[in-house]
Amino acid sequence: MKVAIIQFPGSNCDWDAEHAVQDVIGLPAGRVWHKDALPDGVEAVIVPGGFSFGDYLRCGAIARFSPIMTDLKNFAGQGGQVLGICNGFQILCESGLLPGALVRNDCMEFRCLNQPLKVENSNDRFNTETLGNQLSLPIAHGEGNYRADEDVLAGLEANNQVLLRYQPNPNGSIHDIAGIRNLAGNVYGMMPHPERAVESHHPCLDGLPVLQAFLQPLLQSSPVEITA
Amino acid sequence: METSTAPLPPNPDPCLNVEITKELIAQHGLLPEEYEQILKILGRTPNLTELGIFSVMWSEHCAYKNTRKLLKLFPTEKQDKNAIGQVLVKAGEENAGVIDVGEGWGVAFKIESHNHPSAIEPFEGAATGVGGIVRDIFTMGARPVLLTNSLRFGSLESSQVKRLFRGVVSGISHYGNCLGIPNMGGDVYFDDCYEGNPLVNALCAGILRHEEIQKGAATGVGNPVYYVGPGTGRDGLGGASFASRELTEESAEDRPAVQKGDPFMEKLLLEACLEMMSIPGLVVGIQDMGAAGLTCSTCETASRGDAGIEIDLDLVPQRETGMNSYEIMLSESQERMLVIVTKGRERELEEVFEKWDLHAARIGEVKEGDRMVVRHKGVVVADLPAKSLTDEAPVYDQPTSEPAHLARAREWKVESIPELDPGTVESALLGLLQHPTIASKRWVWQQYDHMVMSGCTVEPGSDAGVVKLSIAGINKFLAIANDCNNRFCYLDPYAGAQIAFAECMRNLACSGARALAVTDNLNFGNPNKPEAYHMLKECVKGLADACSFFDVPVVGGNVSLYNEHGEGAIDPTPVVSMVGLIDHAERVTRSGVTEPGLELVLLGGLPHELGGSYYLQTRLGKKEGTCPSVNLGAEKALQDFLISQIEKGIICAAHDISEGGLLVCLSEMLFDGEGLGASLSLNELGESGRLDALLFGESQARAVVAVNPQNLDAVRQAADQLGLPFNSLGKTNDSDQLCIEVAGNAVCNAKVSGLKSAWESAIPKHMENA
Repeated sequence: MKVAIIQFPGSNCDWDAEHAVQDVIGLPAGRVWHKDALPDGVEAVIVPGGFSFGDYLRCGAIARFSPIMTDLKNFAGQGGQVLGICNGFQILCESGLLPGALVRNDCMEFRCLNQPLKVENSNDRFNTETLGNQLSLPIAHGEGNYRADEDVLAGLEANNQVLLRYQPNPNGSIHDIAGIRNLAGNVYGMMPHPERAVESHHPCLDGLPVLQAFLQPLLQSSPVEITA
Repeated sequence: METSTAPLPPNPDPCLNVEITKELIAQHGLLPEEYEQILKILGRTPNLTELGIFSVMWSEHCAYKNTRKLLKLFPTEKQDKNAIGQVLVKAGEENAGVIDVGEGWGVAFKIESHNHPSAIEPFEGAATGVGGIVRDIFTMGARPVLLTNSLRFGSLESSQVKRLFRGVVSGISHYGNCLGIPNMGGDVYFDDCYEGNPLVNALCAGILRHEEIQKGAATGVGNPVYYVGPGTGRDGLGGASFASRELTEESAEDRPAVQKGDPFMEKLLLEACLEMMSIPGLVVGIQDMGAAGLTCSTCETASRGDAGIEIDLDLVPQRETGMNSYEIMLSESQERMLVIVTKGRERELEEVFEKWDLHAARIGEVKEGDRMVVRHKGVVVADLPAKSLTDEAPVYDQPTSEPAHLARAREWKVESIPELDPGTVESALLGLLQHPTIASKRWVWQQYDHMVMSGCTVEPGSDAGVVKLSIAGINKFLAIANDCNNRFCYLDPYAGAQIAFAECMRNLACSGARALAVTDNLNFGNPNKPEAYHMLKECVKGLADACSFFDVPVVGGNVSLYNEHGEGAIDPTPVVSMVGLIDHAERVTRSGVTEPGLELVLLGGLPHELGGSYYLQTRLGKKEGTCPSVNLGAEKALQDFLISQIEKGIICAAHDISEGGLLVCLSEMLFDGEGLGASLSLNELGESGRLDALLFGESQARAVVAVNPQNLDAVRQAADQLGLPFNSLGKTNDSDQLCIEVAGNAVCNAKVSGLKSAWESAIPKHMENA
């Protein structure tokens, strides 16, 4: 497999991510159990959505102690491509691979809808040229309210690390932040679910360019034809 | 075969060694003649643990003692053996029914109630309701692919009802979202009759290969019996029979009678069980521990397997100390399963559960004979013939008496209702759109993850929820609808139940789906009251006749009786849920119109009946009148037409006429587009000669469809051939106005965006600061 999708106890978007990457985009993908090692030859890792360890304590707080996190940190440290979606974003923040934290939605309720988003010019992969100015992606979370202290926020903004902003804001997230990347540009995290917007029966196809932007280094080396 | 009539040794817990008195028997909900039957079966006096076991197994919930005869009226298989949707596992055979959906795939589905727990503790009650039905589905070997709920509450004006509504919705959201099974919404009604006794019915459907169907039977003498899942506690004891505080020295006053759910545990159990069941030949039988927990799962598997079973309670994982045999056997702790595996292959099961960090304890084995033997601390604490608990439960046919209001409903005259002033049509429409039963339920389903598993094709809010069966790798779509208008069932139980069936099937037809099978949830009052039993009996007859007429069998369901509040029984509420199949993506049809210039066509004729309508409720506060007439032949013609025209690709949108009548139906159809309007006209008032009955009457077998103008003639001809009444109403436009003319007079000129905002904000307004 080229794209590994980590399966924690309680992950529930692992199949969805695998389906989008393998069956729709056409890159070999597979699920890797959290107690196992990251297989050799993996070129990108997706930490999928769900309720890892029941979201007990705090979302992502227990998953960060899983055996596979050592491999994941090494992989990211060596420049490997990592994308955290929803609960995966929460896990990346808890494990320190991305800055900030995600807390309860300010409406105090779970929200599931197709969310309009504003695209930021972050880097040569995530920008308005590749993604358009606006897109819509499904969101489904109870704790997607992004928080960070003033210095971190200032750094995120100054370095164009914000990928997507909510428009309008469904959860109280600071600076309307829906997704960010690390400074190096190899670790990405977002609350919206691009894997739920890749097929004709989905609310839209805006998830395809988002996943393609993340997987761009792999797609360049082995171009595949998108049929969706 | 060993049959012991000698008394059992004393229970190792002295508090259980009590004399079985009349009071104790009554507290266990057993009638004196039922106790006599137990004495005859055993040939000796039961001990307290055994009495507890009989009381839960012979309860209405497990034994259907007041409904079993009635349920036999339902057709359980298809008459047409060539049609799609043949029944693979029939109602009552296993934890859920299974139907064929082609290409070697089957769908397991079932609905179940959790009404009383939700009335006491709405969040946990509703959450564990979801947990229970999901276990019923994956026990069959199926991967759950969708959830829906049928919910009924009192008036949203009441702060108590708001608390229940919020708690139930958040409990369902909490549990289902964590499991990662899309919840496609369902139906929600608000009516005073549910004040103090809400209904929380949960449905789950799952997909599996035919050869993957699992059995809940204990077979193969010597095969080990495993307990998997978290430890057993004292939770849920009160739910099964009587409070545990009378049995133990310690006070149990603070112990909840409602079970506590842990959706994370259930997710682990779901994945572990599916992984275990994918190992060929490993699992012999599997059954979830739902109502009556360990008791029900052991005696039912033994009974189905024509075998004996022996378990040792010392081996049961426990999360509380000092539990006695009565408590362990009757606990309803959640997220547990009983699994029987092939002898010699125990390690294969244990390895799967080790991977998922779950208990897997070998607690007994399958035995020769027919006894269910339970040991605790080295002593036999129960020794009963397993089949006596399942097959020999008493069956009753209760006396019936027709409630007086049914005759009044039949004799009702519409003339008793003042005619509608044409100048107030718009305010009447607004009143209906804002009634919480009719208003948008987005407040509910935006809290449910309906998009997980990548299958959601038609989101909640349309006539039926539709999911693509992507996870099975097949290009088919499963449609689901739930229905039951209690008002009609109250006014005419036979016709009301048929309307519930017809509307449900019509919702599927409007979505382009062919109906396959039914699961029903019969929510009624106390069966010992002749009037309540009359309503139950008539509803079952009506439903059974409709099922037979349409050749749509019932493959499972649930009965919830004793739904009473201060002022009597709830309205009869036989919730009908139906699954349907759509073979091609392009046939998936929605209720909303999204473009101007389409012709709107009324099918089935002009509505003319006002009885039981929401118009009477919202305008005059009345639940009265004659239930609309039911004509199953006309219903069939309408649905055959809808399906055939959708399959031809001619129908752009279809919406059935139900609560609120024609004008509500037309308004709702325009809400999906930005700035859409319509200019419509009807030449005459129709059969009733009344504007109110035409615009707001809830006559059955009607729908509105949107078609391209160039197809209008073809559609008209097709309708004529079927003898289906056809009224072309006019076109959609981009005016944001709904203009309606009746017999040359303008009766409505309303801003669609204003109607939509009233419809969308009604429930959120009620729930603000609640």
